[in-house]
Amino acid sequence: MKRYSFFSLLREGLRGHTGWPRVWRNPEPKQAYDAVIIGGGGHGLATAYYLAKEHGMRDIAVLEKGWIGGGNAGRNTTVIRSNYLFDESAAIYDHALTLWEGLGRELNFNIMMSHRGVLNIAHDEHEARELIRRVEANRLNGVDAEWLNAEQVKAFCPIIDISRSARYPIVGATLQRRGGINRHDAVVWGYARAADALGVDIIQQCEVTGVSMKAGAVTGVETTRGTIHAPKVASVVAGHSSVVASMAGLRLPIESHPLQALVSEPIKPVLPCVVMSNAVHVYCSQSDKGELVIGAGIDHHLGYTQRGSINIIEEQMAAMVELFPMFSRLRMMRQWGGIVDVCPDASPVISKTPVRGFYVNAGWGTGGWKATPGSGHVFAHTIAHDQPHPIAAPFTLERFASGALVAEHGAAAVAH
Amino acid sequence: MFVIECPWCGRRDQSEFSYGGEAHIARPENSSEMGDDTWSEFVFLRTNPKGVFAERWNHAAGCRRWFNALRNTATDEILAVYRIGEQSPTVTTILPATPCGEAPIGSGNDAAKVMRDGEAGKSAVEDVP
Repeated sequence: MKRYSFFSLLREGLRGHTGWPRVWRNPEPKQAYDAVIIGGGGHGLATAYYLAKEHGMRDIAVLEKGWIGGGNAGRNTTVIRSNYLFDESAAIYDHALTLWEGLGRELNFNIMMSHRGVLNIAHDEHEARELIRRVEANRLNGVDAEWLNAEQVKAFCPIIDISRSARYPIVGATLQRRGGINRHDAVVWGYARAADALGVDIIQQCEVTGVSMKAGAVTGVETTRGTIHAPKVASVVAGHSSVVASMAGLRLPIESHPLQALVSEPIKPVLPCVVMSNAVHVYCSQSDKGELVIGAGIDHHLGYTQRGSINIIEEQMAAMVELFPMFSRLRMMRQWGGIVDVCPDASPVISKTPVRGFYVNAGWGTGGWKATPGSGHVFAHTIAHDQPHPIAAPFTLERFASGALVAEHGAAAVAH
Repeated sequence: MFVIECPWCGRRDQSEFSYGGEAHIARPENSSEMGDDTWSEFVFLRTNPKGVFAERWNHAAGCRRWFNALRNTATDEILAVYRIGEQSPTVTTILPATPCGEAPIGSGNDAAKVMRDGEAGKSAVEDVP
């Protein structure tokens, strides 16, 4: 791997950028690997990278049906935070946030990580109490969190409307200063480049059509580019988790829904942080290009069509104009949908399965992006050792029979 | 937005309806004798198919009655609506050629469709459970 540095940039600048090498190979699939990762999104590539880097497995393939990062990795709003209520969730999301903090350097790729702070707004007395409770829970878990009153919110984010005459007046907000946003493509490309350098084969346009099994153990996968044998197969496919699991004869506690997002036309910097609101239900940040990136809740119906209904966007826009009246004349440039796999307790599944050698990382719902490095890191451990990483242990499939749910619905600092 | 045909009120916008999830999941009658695994199956496990799906809707801003629909989750076509207690009809629809692929119509995933240009979807008659 040719390292990127100031000097390589200077050298290439002087010779007209003619010497940049290909960032990752485009190999033909081999007949057999030690491990196959299904899904070339952020989580899948991170899993492959940490398997190669920390667990010495180099004979790994990442199979992607389209192009890498073309699914939810390219469709989210890139909000990073770890201010979850429960200990189990705080552990995994803060593990991820800690990895985010050094990731650009580790991957030698500028992921444009910006720790600009995440505000979660309270609009009434009850919500304020809930959020203050969460601040205290975060602090007990070593997660940075602060409570701001309305004037402090206004000072941190000057364009917000804190007038008492607002339909949903702002009482205060929690602030996680380490939270922020980054660049989704750069994360995908950075992981792909680093994994490729460690010998991982990234195979695009290769859709898995079947999982082969013998005597209760996985033996490989059938794909649109032939049969690939592997003693370990890991599914990291987000929206299509139930479809891939059904190839291994499994049913998951997951339902897939469209989740929509929008970007506005680019404007000058006005919004210095990420703003999230449960009561009016919208989250918003401004990208370095100047576009406002806006997301909200899922479409309630189950579906795989990567587009949602217009009434959801209408409610989302109404919520945004409620918080920021100055955005009322902004034009929206693009709108899209991704398919999110939602668990009944709004927590992920990082688990072994009843099929030996078949592992599932799924159910991240609407909050998968922030977990990307942490998810890949603990899932790689689960695959390599055939037992869950301590941080992943609460997120096995068994919790749906034992009842030990990590019920983040409503507690995750965002309405679901 | 969907236009949904309520079996009682006729065609209305989706915003009049609320969603009830997978249809035809009967509550087990012998729950006191069931183990945690089988109970968990009833409470949590779902089919979540990419293809024909039997689901429940409630006409919340209309007659407020529940009914079932068959919808193709790969294209969002509503193939049939029928009243609670009725059998789901047999329907014909277009499915993706591969399990995780995109159907030739109705998919929002242009990325995958462009990658697979020329790949025709197949027509299939689905018998819904």
